[in-house]
Amino acid sequence: MASYTITINNKNHTVDVLPDTPLLWVLRDELNLVGTKFGCGIAQCGACTVLMNDSAIRSCSYPVSAIGTNKITTIEGLSENGDHPVQKAWDEVDVPQCGYCQAGQVMAAVALLKRKPHPTDEDINAAMTNICRCATYVRIRQAIHLAAGASQPSKGGA
Amino acid sequence: MKQVSSNISRRHFLKITSLAGGGVLFGFEMLASATAETVADAPLFSPNAYLSIDPQGIITLLAPNPEIGQGVKTSIPMLLAEELDVDWNKVVVTQAAFDKEKYGNQSAGGSGAIRGRYEPIRKAGAVARQMLIAAAAQTWNVPEQECSTENGFVLHKTSGKKLSYGELASKSASMPVPENIKLNDPKDFKILGKRINNVDNKNILTGKPLFGIDTRREGMLFCMVSRPPAFGKKLKSFDDTETRKIPGVKNVVRTETVVAVLATNTWAAKKGRDALKVEWEDASKLESTTEHIAAFKDLIQQKSDKPDRNDGNVEQALSSAKKVIEGIYEVPVLSHAPMEPINFFADVKDGKADLYGPTQVPGKAISDVAKALGIAEANITLGLPRQGGGFGRKLRSDNVVEAAQISAAAKAPIQMLWTREDDMQGDFYRPNGMYRYQAAINAKNELDGWYLSAVALNAGRAAAPENFPAGALANYRCDSHGVQSNIQTGPWRAPTHNAIGFAEQSFLDEIAHELKKDPIAFRLELLEKAKSNPVGKVGYDIEKFKGVINLVSQMSNWGKNTPGRFKGFAAYYSFSTYVAEVAEVSIVNGKPKVHKVWAAVNCGQVVNLSGAENQVQGAIVDGLGHAWYSAITFDKGAVQQKNFNSYKMMRMADAPPAVEVQFVATNEAPTGLGEPGLPPIAAVVCNAIFAATGKRIRKLPFGNEKL
Repeated sequence: MASYTITINNKNHTVDVLPDTPLLWVLRDELNLVGTKFGCGIAQCGACTVLMNDSAIRSCSYPVSAIGTNKITTIEGLSENGDHPVQKAWDEVDVPQCGYCQAGQVMAAVALLKRKPHPTDEDINAAMTNICRCATYVRIRQAIHLAAGASQPSKGGA
Repeated sequence: MKQVSSNISRRHFLKITSLAGGGVLFGFEMLASATAETVADAPLFSPNAYLSIDPQGIITLLAPNPEIGQGVKTSIPMLLAEELDVDWNKVVVTQAAFDKEKYGNQSAGGSGAIRGRYEPIRKAGAVARQMLIAAAAQTWNVPEQECSTENGFVLHKTSGKKLSYGELASKSASMPVPENIKLNDPKDFKILGKRINNVDNKNILTGKPLFGIDTRREGMLFCMVSRPPAFGKKLKSFDDTETRKIPGVKNVVRTETVVAVLATNTWAAKKGRDALKVEWEDASKLESTTEHIAAFKDLIQQKSDKPDRNDGNVEQALSSAKKVIEGIYEVPVLSHAPMEPINFFADVKDGKADLYGPTQVPGKAISDVAKALGIAEANITLGLPRQGGGFGRKLRSDNVVEAAQISAAAKAPIQMLWTREDDMQGDFYRPNGMYRYQAAINAKNELDGWYLSAVALNAGRAAAPENFPAGALANYRCDSHGVQSNIQTGPWRAPTHNAIGFAEQSFLDEIAHELKKDPIAFRLELLEKAKSNPVGKVGYDIEKFKGVINLVSQMSNWGKNTPGRFKGFAAYYSFSTYVAEVAEVSIVNGKPKVHKVWAAVNCGQVVNLSGAENQVQGAIVDGLGHAWYSAITFDKGAVQQKNFNSYKMMRMADAPPAVEVQFVATNEAPTGLGEPGLPPIAAVVCNAIFAATGKRIRKLPFGNEKL
């Protein structure tokens, strides 16, 4: 066991865990931030996506010992009142079905929009590699465009 | 609490309970007429719902069925709100826990929730509304007939008087139960048929603890299990020396089938699980997919002693045919892989069990736990979280029983969690299958005979013998075979239909091309034959079928192609719903690109337009993804695809950027919707690939094909 002080959602937390513990389980089991989800454990599905500084990382495969002073943002810390433009767009387009993967999808979209405020469909294809088992991809794409201010949600998609 | 019998029907009754704090709680329970199409494991529906009104006029609606992503936590309360006549924005929706007495048979399966709940729940709302009117009429000393309701208020228009439901709540509890209630005319619906957003959006999008995996209880230990590495293997013995050295590991217990490691966090539990030295022994044959396929190939050449359907004389039609078209289609085993890995919370002690987690069949889960643990069902409670997908996986209660057994063995509250690898080795898979079709073309260049020999793993009936074009053809025969296996299989979104839809709709396309007919015109011609000269049972409504086919033809501009793009078509009837789909495809670097999909759907009255459209869009993209990439194979009982790196799923880049859905305008009662969008899509896209390349895809997944 080892002690780590990490910055999550602008707060410092000190945790005493095994050094190879993935960030995902530190968030969920030690800090009770359960919005970040477990889906595959091998960085394939993206349900566990959080931001490290401004980039999306897959927390299931990121050991706590490697975080250092980087700042982590989880879905719980994305906005004070759930009103980040991406969260609002997701609600307006009514994206979720089961909803399980959507926190990860939102975080991946936030990272994309930080890099490319007005992404093309090709940008979205390249950046949004998370799996949605309910296959809400049509609406995810619409919501990203909406959050970017590029289009209004329309029936049936693009 | 008092209970009053209602005269609405002898089978219906109403319970009225005054709530602490002056509110009123209406309970309504009815036995739904069992019109729902039953599928494997889909229990009968015996629904019930509750609503409460607090003095502020806030309506709390309890959503009775498990929410697995099909939208019933939103759509079932909408039924209640419509007839109650309330402001949807003031409605609070709460998930009901399992309670057989209050809610009947709560389940999620067979696209049946809305079908079963549509009328009883609306009546529950209408009865409540009528009692609120009665309370207002008595207060004002006016006839009930002069009162009306609007968005949570009772109005007396002539005097201008107005009272909110909250103000009337307490009084309404003492009102008599109305004998005759009138449901809203669908043309006056204010809520049904509109776009209403998922009631949990805010909680989902801010990461609130909604799911079973998010359960945290006092003293709870995190649990990972060591499960058999192959079908046919069973637990012999284990050594936990190394496991117990891992910091955080608190206990190791075994049940008859698995070894469970309990720890203070998931990571320690997983490391402990991985450090176990477990010895497995052979309990039955270790089977491989290659053996199953070999058996399939043999069986599809054989006739069944008892055909599933046998109209006319197919043998004769085939032997006298000018031409016989033959196609053998094949689909692989699929895993359900719900996004939320299998888990359950269990606290078993003192002859009682407290259970919480994801299941599509809470009633069955309780009876299975009762049997496995020897606890009375009355001593078992089960709460229902929002669920990270079902797709049929959670129609099995193995996860609930396993968690309860571990808790009982450990004498501790535990949350059992499977890894994705555990899930892919321990699924109840969509069975693989093979379908041999023969079509007899007569001297007049008409299709006049159809033969199907179908086989699937563990199948009782591998075919769907009532499917179109049965009924349209003088000679039609369908045989099915099963290969029994110890590999677990079970319902997967649109069971049987998800495989047959691909095979049959592709083969129809083959025949149309062979006859040089337009694939849509060919279907319509056959439907006309089923109408003018029906043969045997016609298991579908011809006009409804034609309706969706014509609609999607218009929507997609069928017959007109953008240069370089090609269209494919299929239509399918399942769960009492008609769906016709067209896809537009081009081939880029030997790979298909699906530009757009159009879907025309007749599912009766649409309850939630946003949710309904989302279900159809999702079913189409889900079905397309699995047809494109996904396949499970076994080698000596062990699954060869253990996670999403080898079991490929649809992702954004290949998902069609647009899926346009139109619903046929109708006020007939709703039919199924969670599943019917899926069965046609594999054939739709494969038929478009044929149009583009001349290559007929007869084996899924088609992503392996070089185009």
